[in-house]
Amino acid sequence: MEIKTAAEELKKSGVDEEIVELIKEEFISVALATEIEEQLEMQVGQPYVDDIILMFGREVESEELNLGRIGREVNKIKVPVKIKNELRQKLRVVKTKLSKEKLDAILAAVEQKYEEAQVEPREAVGIVAAQSIGEPGTQMTMRTFHYAGVGAIYITLGLPRIIEIVDARKKLSTPTMKVKLVSEFASERNKAEKIAMEIEETHIRDIAKVKAAIEDMSVWIVLNAKELKRRYIMSEEVEQTIQDIGTALLVEVVGGGKLRIHVKDKSYHDLLRLEAKVSTTLVKGIGGIKRALVRRDPSGEYVLYTEGSALKKVLKVDGVDSGRTTTNNINEISDVLGIEAARNAIIEEMAGTLDEQGLDVDPRHITLIADTMTMDGEVKQIGRHGIAGEKASVLSRAAFEVTVDNLLEAAIHGETDALKGVTENVIVGQPIKLGTGAIELRARK
Amino acid sequence: MRLKRIKGIKFGLLSPKEIRKMSASKIITPDTYGEDGFPIELGLVNQRIGVIDPGLRCKTCGGRMGECPGHFGHIELAAPIIHVGYAKMIYRILAATCRRCGKVLLGEEARVKFLDGIEQQKEKQADVGYVVKQVFKEAAKNDVCPFCDEIQKRIKYDKPTGYIEIDKEDKERRLMPTDVRERLEKIPDDDIPLFGMDPKNARPEWMIITVLPVPPVTARPSITLESGQRSEDDLTHKLVDIIRINQRFMENRDAGAPQLIIEDLWELLQYHISTYFNNEIPSIPPARHRSGRPLKTMTQRLKGKEGRFRGSLSGKRVNFSARTVISPDPEIEIDEVGVPKDIAKELTINVNVTERNLEAIRETLKRGSKHPGANYVRRSDDKKVKVTETNYELLAEELGVGWKVERHLQDGDIVLFNRQPSLHRLSIMAHYVRVMPGRTFRLNPTVCPPYNADYDGDEMNMHVLQTEEARAEAKILMAVKRNIMSPRFGRPIIGGIHDYITGLFILTWGEKRFEKEKAQDMLHRINIHDLGEPAGTFESSSGIQVPYWTGKQLFGRILPKQMELQFRGVVCGKCIERGEKCKKENCPREAYVVIKEGNLVCGVIDEMAIGSFKGKIIEQIFRLYGEDEAKKFINDFARLAINCIKQSGFSFGISDEDIPKEGKAQIREEAVYAAEHKVEELIRAYDAEELEALPGRSLEETLELLIMQELGRARDDAGDIAERYLGIENAAVLMAKSGARGSMLNLTQMAACVGQQSVRGERINRGYQGRTLPHFKSGDRRAEAHGFVRASFKDGLTATEYFLHAVGGREALVDTAVRTSQSGYFQRRLINALQDLEVKNDGTVRETRGTVVQFKYGDDGVDPSKSECGKVVDIDEIISDVIEVDVGS
Repeated sequence: MEIKTAAEELKKSGVDEEIVELIKEEFISVALATEIEEQLEMQVGQPYVDDIILMFGREVESEELNLGRIGREVNKIKVPVKIKNELRQKLRVVKTKLSKEKLDAILAAVEQKYEEAQVEPREAVGIVAAQSIGEPGTQMTMRTFHYAGVGAIYITLGLPRIIEIVDARKKLSTPTMKVKLVSEFASERNKAEKIAMEIEETHIRDIAKVKAAIEDMSVWIVLNAKELKRRYIMSEEVEQTIQDIGTALLVEVVGGGKLRIHVKDKSYHDLLRLEAKVSTTLVKGIGGIKRALVRRDPSGEYVLYTEGSALKKVLKVDGVDSGRTTTNNINEISDVLGIEAARNAIIEEMAGTLDEQGLDVDPRHITLIADTMTMDGEVKQIGRHGIAGEKASVLSRAAFEVTVDNLLEAAIHGETDALKGVTENVIVGQPIKLGTGAIELRARK
Repeated sequence: MRLKRIKGIKFGLLSPKEIRKMSASKIITPDTYGEDGFPIELGLVNQRIGVIDPGLRCKTCGGRMGECPGHFGHIELAAPIIHVGYAKMIYRILAATCRRCGKVLLGEEARVKFLDGIEQQKEKQADVGYVVKQVFKEAAKNDVCPFCDEIQKRIKYDKPTGYIEIDKEDKERRLMPTDVRERLEKIPDDDIPLFGMDPKNARPEWMIITVLPVPPVTARPSITLESGQRSEDDLTHKLVDIIRINQRFMENRDAGAPQLIIEDLWELLQYHISTYFNNEIPSIPPARHRSGRPLKTMTQRLKGKEGRFRGSLSGKRVNFSARTVISPDPEIEIDEVGVPKDIAKELTINVNVTERNLEAIRETLKRGSKHPGANYVRRSDDKKVKVTETNYELLAEELGVGWKVERHLQDGDIVLFNRQPSLHRLSIMAHYVRVMPGRTFRLNPTVCPPYNADYDGDEMNMHVLQTEEARAEAKILMAVKRNIMSPRFGRPIIGGIHDYITGLFILTWGEKRFEKEKAQDMLHRINIHDLGEPAGTFESSSGIQVPYWTGKQLFGRILPKQMELQFRGVVCGKCIERGEKCKKENCPREAYVVIKEGNLVCGVIDEMAIGSFKGKIIEQIFRLYGEDEAKKFINDFARLAINCIKQSGFSFGISDEDIPKEGKAQIREEAVYAAEHKVEELIRAYDAEELEALPGRSLEETLELLIMQELGRARDDAGDIAERYLGIENAAVLMAKSGARGSMLNLTQMAACVGQQSVRGERINRGYQGRTLPHFKSGDRRAEAHGFVRASFKDGLTATEYFLHAVGGREALVDTAVRTSQSGYFQRRLINALQDLEVKNDGTVRETRGTVVQFKYGDDGVDPSKSECGKVVDIDEIISDVIEVDVGS
């Protein structure tokens, strides 16, 4: 990158102009380099220091180990970024005790350890993952309900929740959202409360008494001023909403918070129907969000917890931090945010549920399940109507569920079972092409 | 010898031509055996289609019983019959094709589009079902044939096998199978792929049966009852019915019977053939046996848990296996299994006699069928001879190279050991045999956790491996020592339980002193002869200075020499979480364990150190020194623990639940009564409408919530008081604190207060007229009336407490029952969905089709069982290692 543009970039990310000027110098002495690095570190944070130094294409010619050098050396080894970052962090602490040889020794050791921990090729990781999730299933509770926080919202946990996730259900038994707010609203309870009211479903019956009167064939609506205030609703809004229910309705504002809807030439039955319709009409809020509660997070920020979920609509609400707001409905996430987000949601939800039960499962197993469920670009169930039902092998499908239908279908489609999977080979009595079965041994001549 | 491998299995429909071609015999007679007791010619138990009687030979292949696999026969049906399994498909095809020219009712453009779509799906090896559905939907919309302009009539499907054609005037006409078949025949080959079918393998008209294949007798063997009577298989019964009706149909038709009768018979034939395929078709009554039991026909044979697929093909019964009750034996190694002699004499291992083992095997053979002997020999002329009392000496003499001997199971043989339910791969591990007297399998208690076994009558299975490859694989992959680490969370799953933890806890708690003799006793049967320097001396009664060793020192003896480790045990008081500073080495609970240069410097050994699932020390040894060292360590600490607990003795009895009078009073006053008063206060506040509702809760819910909290606290308080009075010397407290068994909650319930019973997370509220039991007043909200048990188990519960406790207990019972079935199915689904995933040589995870599921396993390619608690590399350790080594040098 051009030094000039790079410098601009740096300035934008909030680095002091002084430092940027220093970096632009032609010649950088060792002392200066260290100085720059330390300054950068303070201002931008460790992980970026190397990138910045590299960005300027500057190699500091010295045997001395400074942070940049260490960072570059760390960058060279073949381990995941997560380990590299941790390594850099920890090397900084012992920087003074390091020599080039020691650094090399440490890096080599890290690389070797990582190498040693790699999976063996041909390992049947699918089965191991399935077992690792399935086995603790016997230890999970069936207790469906639990509270999130003190006396708040019910959520499904334990085995039923895990099954719900794996089934990729569209309708959850307890949909819920965690709505984070942008800092302006997250810091004050009142403002958070206001957004909660914005989101929570408010029906006319929540803010008024609705009554059908036979004597004058009209529906009376008596507004509750306290509720209106609490929910930040103007009485005009209510009037408008009622007017919008049907064009043929004649709405009369009686005053004193009373409204009257005249019903002309209609039967008693229609009157009752109208009463029911009016009382369940939404005045405010998002359909599907039955309740929204404001809670204070340990971090001090106010967060909304909802009963019911409507991600798409909630994300559009002003003041909602759309980057951090989530729902526990994976299909919704898939629809709104895409398959990658759905994958992450599966992992998060599963890991969360297992963790809540105090069960220890390596994240890699969960990741594999999530990836299997989402690999085709849509969230697929683990079971007859998803992955197991769409397998290539006839015999495997037949051995799972709906045996006969699968065989009959296979016959008319003229399918061929290539006998590549596990069940198929068990059925025909052949060695399985996984693990040690995947390789053949031949005596050396 | 290299075995041939089946490359694939192709599925398709049999055409009538093929059925006739593969048939070995036409079946005409509905009878099985003649009066002479021999199978009837052209009958259902025909000698051409297989033999099930000893002594007879197959007339088709010449094989005897057991050799001849059986051959198909066929029945020529008098009239075509709809195949029930395809009835729906036939309906769809009828509705989608022209009634005159047979072409699919789609314009040329749509036709090509759909054909392309199907082709694409096939290329991807994906399901064509969706496209085919579209074809049927689109084609059925057209009511005029785009090719011959014939006006189509609506087809109605009359379940299960009828079709009715309705014209514009709503006049109905029943389509007979002959009509249907005619129509299907007219469909041109080019159109057939549109239905997802392949005309070479499956022409639509083949879904109408004209020739019925008859399965060989070997597939439907008859059994001879004790009375000498023959009892035929259900399928045979059904076939008899089919042949009878088929004949009657033919006779009636030939005799020119009225159409009505013919149709009735046709219907009947359809019924019999339908139920022959599937006897559980909704809307038609199942065919029954004489006794009234529904017949088990084709579909019923295949489907379900005990069906052919799941019951006989995916899972099979095996030879060379044994099953018996397990019992503990702490004296055997962790990777051994004690096998009863009777079992060892029954199960055999095949050995080839070579020059090298000739003499050894001769010795074995010389013992005949006495234990380490043999049951059979196969001589070099391939003749199998049973080893008997009379011939074993002769056989031993004759024994030569090239013979095969089926010798008894002996010490050191490798076998697979399994306990069901086999929930994970650690449920089957390889053990080494130790032949023993007695009738149970013996198992070292440290390997109970992976099997989830206990000794309350559990049974386990053992399988003897029969090939060298299998034995090698078992040894390398399945051996117990290979599976110390669980692949689920990367920590040891094999480790100390119960008394092992108690034993070591007692040994290492505080400073226990052992003089030389005692110390050596402790290390009995552990291969350690050097006690090391004594920790100090004490003065004996006779005034001599006697050297002593501490318990911590003795534990250090079994650790590897260079070992370094620090961690906090389960006894840790969680000072840091409470915002206090960890006192580390000066911890009053001795929770901070420090191991330096293979010595236990401070801390007490508890579950965190050596327990299964936790086992920090085991984990460290496994990672740094390997599986053999880990195995040795587990063996050693187990023996050390047993030696220790044997010396001091350890028991728990009813008197251990005794709490002194003042303690009891304190529990009553400070915990129970106090809480009850508070609850009453809450109720009063509620009644007086002084209670504030919690956000998002009703007033009543709030009250219940607060009461629950209060009563929950009451039990905890009671437990705390009890704990103070009992002290760590109490066996139950010691076990709970060290993680050996039980929890403080268990002890609290036994000694102090059982606490609130709940159903669905709420207090018990069931009952009539607003009360749980007639003992209470209606609307009583007090603790007692809703399942708060103030007594302890030891004190005994009152009648109402007992009842309400049982109400709560029932939920737990139901919960377990439901959970086992649910989680079983859940796991089956998971396994089925993921079983074919494999890490390929390039590091990607793929399924059978080759579709990539992950580009790198778990994003970093790390094996969970090799990572350190999910962490791949312990950077701290590497850094400190490198830096310190250099400082040293």
